[in-house]
Amino acid sequence: MHGRIRTWGPGALVLLPTVLLLGYFVYGLIAWSFNTSLTDRHTARKGPAHYVGFENYVNLFGEDRFLNSLKNLGVLTVAFIVGTLIFGLLWALLLEKGVTGEGVFRSIFLFPMAISMIASGVVWGWLLNPSQGDDARGLNRLFAILHLNFLENPWWTAGSRWTTMAAIALPAVWQMSGYIMALFLAGFRGIPPELREAARVDGASEFKLYRYVLFPQLSPIALSALIILGHISLKLFDLIYAITGPNQFRTEVPSIYMWNTLLRSDQAKAAAIAIVLLACVAVLVIPYLSWTARQEAKQ
Amino acid sequence: MSTAEAATGQAAAALTRKPRRSTIADGSTRRSRTFRYLFLLLFLLFVLTPVYVVVVTSFKTASDTTAAAQWSLPETWTLEPWSKAWDVLRPYMIRSLSLAIPAAIISSMIGSANGFVLARWRFPGANIVFAFILFGMFIPYQAVMLPLRTTFTELDVTRGVPTLIIAHCIYGIPICTLIFRNYYATIVPTEIIESARVDGAGLIQTYARIILPISISGFVVTLIWQFTSVWNDFLFALFLTQQNNGPVTLGLAALSGGQKVDYAASMAGALITSFPTLLVYILLGRWFIGGLMAGALKG
Repeated sequence: MHGRIRTWGPGALVLLPTVLLLGYFVYGLIAWSFNTSLTDRHTARKGPAHYVGFENYVNLFGEDRFLNSLKNLGVLTVAFIVGTLIFGLLWALLLEKGVTGEGVFRSIFLFPMAISMIASGVVWGWLLNPSQGDDARGLNRLFAILHLNFLENPWWTAGSRWTTMAAIALPAVWQMSGYIMALFLAGFRGIPPELREAARVDGASEFKLYRYVLFPQLSPIALSALIILGHISLKLFDLIYAITGPNQFRTEVPSIYMWNTLLRSDQAKAAAIAIVLLACVAVLVIPYLSWTARQEAKQ
Repeated sequence: MSTAEAATGQAAAALTRKPRRSTIADGSTRRSRTFRYLFLLLFLLFVLTPVYVVVVTSFKTASDTTAAAQWSLPETWTLEPWSKAWDVLRPYMIRSLSLAIPAAIISSMIGSANGFVLARWRFPGANIVFAFILFGMFIPYQAVMLPLRTTFTELDVTRGVPTLIIAHCIYGIPICTLIFRNYYATIVPTEIIESARVDGAGLIQTYARIILPISISGFVVTLIWQFTSVWNDFLFALFLTQQNNGPVTLGLAALSGGQKVDYAASMAGALITSFPTLLVYILLGRWFIGGLMAGALKG
């Protein structure tokens, strides 16, 4: 026993600081937030707070503004995931057979990933200007120049929840599609070429080759992509903050609402919103993590 | 982590690998190839449109930013927006540099030690510890932000660069650990470690003599990843700092926010603040992709 501890003891010792740090700064602080969310600490005032059970959560789910932010988030997530998957997969499909200048295309498709969402928000805020007609600005002006006036629209400033949040999703799609392209492209390149050749020898059409041979091989990557995009969307904050400002009911999502609540010093409610957000992410991520862990154990 | 592992280890390499030319006709005719280029160029335009806007607008004079002239080249080219943006952003740039570099180095070093132990110096329960660490990179930081602020106040940490260095180091540990764990699991054969152990080498000796010398590409990947995410971070900046001690994203948000926006200066500011990460991307793009692939688990 003593000998065994001597072999693995130092390893555990190396990880000890990390475990302690994350134990406090991740798990401890989450517990602290959760604890705050169960109290009536609705002002910045110090001093004892009283436990109110789940009252803050009950109030949140009975409140129009919070429900609005949840619905916005749902629509945003769908629009963002669908858009990014389509663009990412399309780009990967266009590049995967190898075209001249592939490296250039790839680098350009991927470069928005290196930019902060605040910087891209500055540009997209300009592009998504709602003015139309003679005073059209941003993309609307470009549409007018190209004689595509029918495309002019108020972007996120008017219209249904779907068009509003789709307009917000557009810059996010612009920013993240290259990432999904890279994932799928790596997936395509990882498929042994023998599989393709065998299918072609068997006389499979291009469509059938992709549908029955190549796409099934990519399903683990598609699942990863879905989880990644889903949790990015749930946490999306900077882009909305930069494009619409934090005070737009139309584009408010829980992460933004939490910030606005905090500005009014309602700590208990802000904590409750944060915990709901955390729960959404956990529901998405924990099954995926345990699934990948099991896949790994099988190998 | 089978997907993550595939992603880090092979996928980054697979992505840059040239597709093997099939000996059988690959089903693409000249017409389909023309279509492919046409589509690729179209998407290239989509990705590069904001770049055109940001560059062109940043050289315009105030009188040149009318709705009708928005998409034209500057009437007279001026550097005024650049000098205005630079004057505002300079102190923020210095703070961001003095924050991103140490934060990237420290979390990479911790990640390397952790990754080595988790991949090649395992102890009972290592998998559980790994999952415990990994969860930290998915959480929406809103869930820890409030008590984090309180903790920094209680510990009397100077607001600004020091708070942000600590926060980014701690919350950067999970992704760095993941990248290094997968890196060592792919690159270091178990036999080398075992024979070193048989020869009586301890953990520190093994790490210093065998692991560290072959860790360079791992370090390049995590350093780039951390530098980019710290540089581009807005959430910690907004919650933990203020205009007088905050990083560059906060400065850009201030420059481009408010009632009367100077678009030319905002665009110049977006370019100035993006310059360091873009430079890293252009010079070290291959490793940037490596981080992305490992970050397949992170947003």
